[in-house]
Amino acid sequence: MKKYHQASWNEPLLIEMSKSGRQAFSLPELKPEVLSAINEDRPENLIPEKMRRKTDLLLPEVSEPEIVRHYVRLSQMNFGIDLGMYPLGSCTMKYNPKVSERIAKNPKFSGLHPYQDEQTVQGILEILYELQSLLCEITGMSAFSLSPAAGAQGEFVGALIIRNFLNDCGYSSKKDEMLVPDSAHGTNPASAAMAGFKVVKIPSSEGGIVTAEAVKKVVSERTAGMMLTVPNTLGIFEREIGEVSCIVHDAGGLMYYDGANMNALLGRVKPGEMGFDIVHLNVHKTFATPHGGGGPGAGPVGVVDKLSEYLPVPVIVRKGGEGYGFDYNRPRSIGRIKSFYGNVGVLLRAYCYILSLGKDGLKTVSEQAVLASNYLLSKLDRRYYSLRYSIDQSRKHEFVVSASPLKRKTGVSAGDISKAILDSGNHSPTVYFPLIVDEALMIEPTETEPVEFLDQYATILNELAETANQSPESILKAPERTSISRLDEYRASHPGSLVLNWRYLLDGAKKKKDDDNKGKRNGSSNSRKHS
Amino acid sequence: MTIHRFVPNSAEKIKDNMLKSLGLTSVEDLFEDIPSSLRIKGGLKIPDAISEIELERKVESKLEKNFSPPEYLNFLGGGAWLHYTPSIVTEIISRNEFYTSYTPYQPEISQGMLQSLFEYQSQICELTGMEVANSSMYDWGTALGEAGRMAFRVTRKRKIVVSRGASPERIAILRTYCYPASIDVKEVDFDPKIGNTDYGSVHSVVDHDSAALYIENPNFLGIIEESVDELSQLCHERNALLIVGVNPSTLGLMRPPGEYGADIVVGDGQPLGLPLNYGGPLIGIFATKKDPVLLRQMPGRLIGQTVSKDNSKQGYTMVLQTREQHIRREQATSNICTNEALLALAVSVYLSSMGPEGMKKLGSLCLANSHYAQKLLSERGMECPYFSGSFFCDLTVKTRLNSQMLPAKLARHKILGGIPLGRFYPDLSNVSLFSFSEVHTPEDVQTLVDALSQIDERE
Repeated sequence: MKKYHQASWNEPLLIEMSKSGRQAFSLPELKPEVLSAINEDRPENLIPEKMRRKTDLLLPEVSEPEIVRHYVRLSQMNFGIDLGMYPLGSCTMKYNPKVSERIAKNPKFSGLHPYQDEQTVQGILEILYELQSLLCEITGMSAFSLSPAAGAQGEFVGALIIRNFLNDCGYSSKKDEMLVPDSAHGTNPASAAMAGFKVVKIPSSEGGIVTAEAVKKVVSERTAGMMLTVPNTLGIFEREIGEVSCIVHDAGGLMYYDGANMNALLGRVKPGEMGFDIVHLNVHKTFATPHGGGGPGAGPVGVVDKLSEYLPVPVIVRKGGEGYGFDYNRPRSIGRIKSFYGNVGVLLRAYCYILSLGKDGLKTVSEQAVLASNYLLSKLDRRYYSLRYSIDQSRKHEFVVSASPLKRKTGVSAGDISKAILDSGNHSPTVYFPLIVDEALMIEPTETEPVEFLDQYATILNELAETANQSPESILKAPERTSISRLDEYRASHPGSLVLNWRYLLDGAKKKKDDDNKGKRNGSSNSRKHS
Repeated sequence: MTIHRFVPNSAEKIKDNMLKSLGLTSVEDLFEDIPSSLRIKGGLKIPDAISEIELERKVESKLEKNFSPPEYLNFLGGGAWLHYTPSIVTEIISRNEFYTSYTPYQPEISQGMLQSLFEYQSQICELTGMEVANSSMYDWGTALGEAGRMAFRVTRKRKIVVSRGASPERIAILRTYCYPASIDVKEVDFDPKIGNTDYGSVHSVVDHDSAALYIENPNFLGIIEESVDELSQLCHERNALLIVGVNPSTLGLMRPPGEYGADIVVGDGQPLGLPLNYGGPLIGIFATKKDPVLLRQMPGRLIGQTVSKDNSKQGYTMVLQTREQHIRREQATSNICTNEALLALAVSVYLSSMGPEGMKKLGSLCLANSHYAQKLLSERGMECPYFSGSFFCDLTVKTRLNSQMLPAKLARHKILGGIPLGRFYPDLSNVSLFSFSEVHTPEDVQTLVDALSQIDERE
């Protein structure tokens, strides 16, 4: 294993470094001619007395070099895809092209205000309009909304479209059940519930898929639709999808495609061809925009023709001679879902990515994502990491192995392995998901991982299993090369020890000081024991 | 198949070796389980790949068609405001370790982002006067949508009262979030002269069946709400929550909502030094009280401080995850997963660099510029401010011309502004909203005033 050690700075909070009088801001002075024109030396007096801040604002008082050093140190205690492999299953952590970053920082984009007159933003509108068309072609949908901020919001939009469409069809409240497989991402049931649906779970088959038979068992006149990701979270293609779509459609329901796993199908299969009526794409996954430590992403939603009038407002349209603009006049729309027009900065990067790869490049992406996943799987030692469901079948962009043989043999769990991997300078897979595989390790290497790294990752996993066999305690100690060792998660969430911001610490310190003082005043010498 | 610069194993030889090791001859073997009827015939109908040079030229030639600063002066606000982005903000969020990471599911290797988010949560609490803030929502509008649903979960009542002085777009988002839960959103008019929320009309609408009242401060019309203590008392007498929306750049000088009894504070972090980016991404602020009931119903991700298991070091991790979708699925408080973490980091860098004095000065500059413009415009005979209430950085101006015609005319003077309020309120067809900040010089304000009065006089 290559030697790796993450920086460990013991970096205090900025508030702890604060020294009264220091500052890092640089703002212009208030101009005398302005002050005399408004006849007020202290502009804060323009705020009605009772609405002025009277309490001190507790923010760090620090200089610019201190801030920069603080955050650069913190950055060194953070791991990203630009440092090493990050095969978090279903998160599609692929390389983020730098040219897209540069273009997104162009002031001709970043300086645009969302309320500018349409005629002054024709360039960005043209790009967004073209992106809508590209996404339609990629997914086989007929219209797209770029508004949703993330995949989960796209799901909420999709579920609302289903709800409103069915209401207009006259089904009213009778159709209130959303079918969701037991292997689905957590956002699917959560989004369906937010849109007012009851969630009906479909058990995965022995083969790890949703079978027509299983759907027949749960479908009824109450079925509003089904949310499905293809390939599913086990990395298996839903080979009965054609029939499943028919069953749901025959019951009057709609099919929703969770695009989290679209990387496997780019340029090969369009969700529309599989019978899906609504699709969201996670552009931060499939189209390589940065994940940003948890966001921002974007989750545009596409629909088949009959649902297009339900898309959120506004919709970007071509207005004949006037160029591009927004259409707000859509009486059947589910309404507004997001301020302004969506995460345009993220969408612009996605547009750059699609143009960079082009028609053949996108197909190469799915080819290589699938090849990488199967290659990595083939290198794993199955004595420790077993494959469940359809074991003879190839996986798509990701696969799930169970560490339960390892756990049975050595006591070392998937969670322990995930911690030990960190010591190699790589990120661990998604663990304990999907819920239908115990001791799950869900691995998605993506197409941007060189084969040398795939080999290395397999070696690491296999060696860790061997180590677990010989000296499990060394794995239980891991990680030892990250900036901190395992954390006390129980304490972190326990109401008695919960610390959600620096006030908890300052208040706690103040309370301790007060208690100590009280103790001293009472002449008690053992106050420390009680604090 | 093509070889691509982002795809290292697409080089023919490497690919062949990988296939050989799998005992396969063609990559198509890996897709044989996909029925041929579902496969795309003849490839996608999208353009062929282009080089980095061609891409840059192509996209930039399109962006060239946009009108933007510095060539144009920008006086637009209304939910996204032009503020200066300090260089260190851009520099730090461009660190690869931050922007190419994801949700810190493995806290031991993600302490940097976790600590930054903890600092962000702390700073938002200080600004708003609240006790707990989450690590971000998508934007102000969706934070409001989630706040409305949370108010229902906490009170089990299905009516949210909103002041019509709040942003019409945000009210629209609130409605979209509320109708599937059968929560009714009721709007109450603002005072047509003052522009603030009228206590008298709210008094009769916020009843014992109300889950919450929502006001913005300053509101969408730029007016500072002053009856906040009365409104807060009214809500609490009727067991309704008070939800307050804020532009956080005002809070260096303005009284924080936590001090007048807000139960939930929402807002957007964008005015804290984030670029406009044509309105997205933004970053939703969401803060509440340290009340176990509120905390349990809170949406979004929370970061907490803890210690290492060996008790040797302090560290940070995601907490109270049992509220979230990846654990609780359909019982979760929200479906949110990906949020706006990188922008929370940006906001935290910004607030650290401003400090308490910088936030005060920022507010003073915004106030001074907006009032300077008001003074000059009223001297030129325009009805300015249109509303008589106190204002912060957003200024209402009535001209002789329909305000929908104004932006195009101002564009000829290389000015972007103002928001035609007639778009949202038909009776305000000649009123526009202009916003001012620390980026505007007295000369910029003068340029706007000259242009506006020229246009006004020609009518």
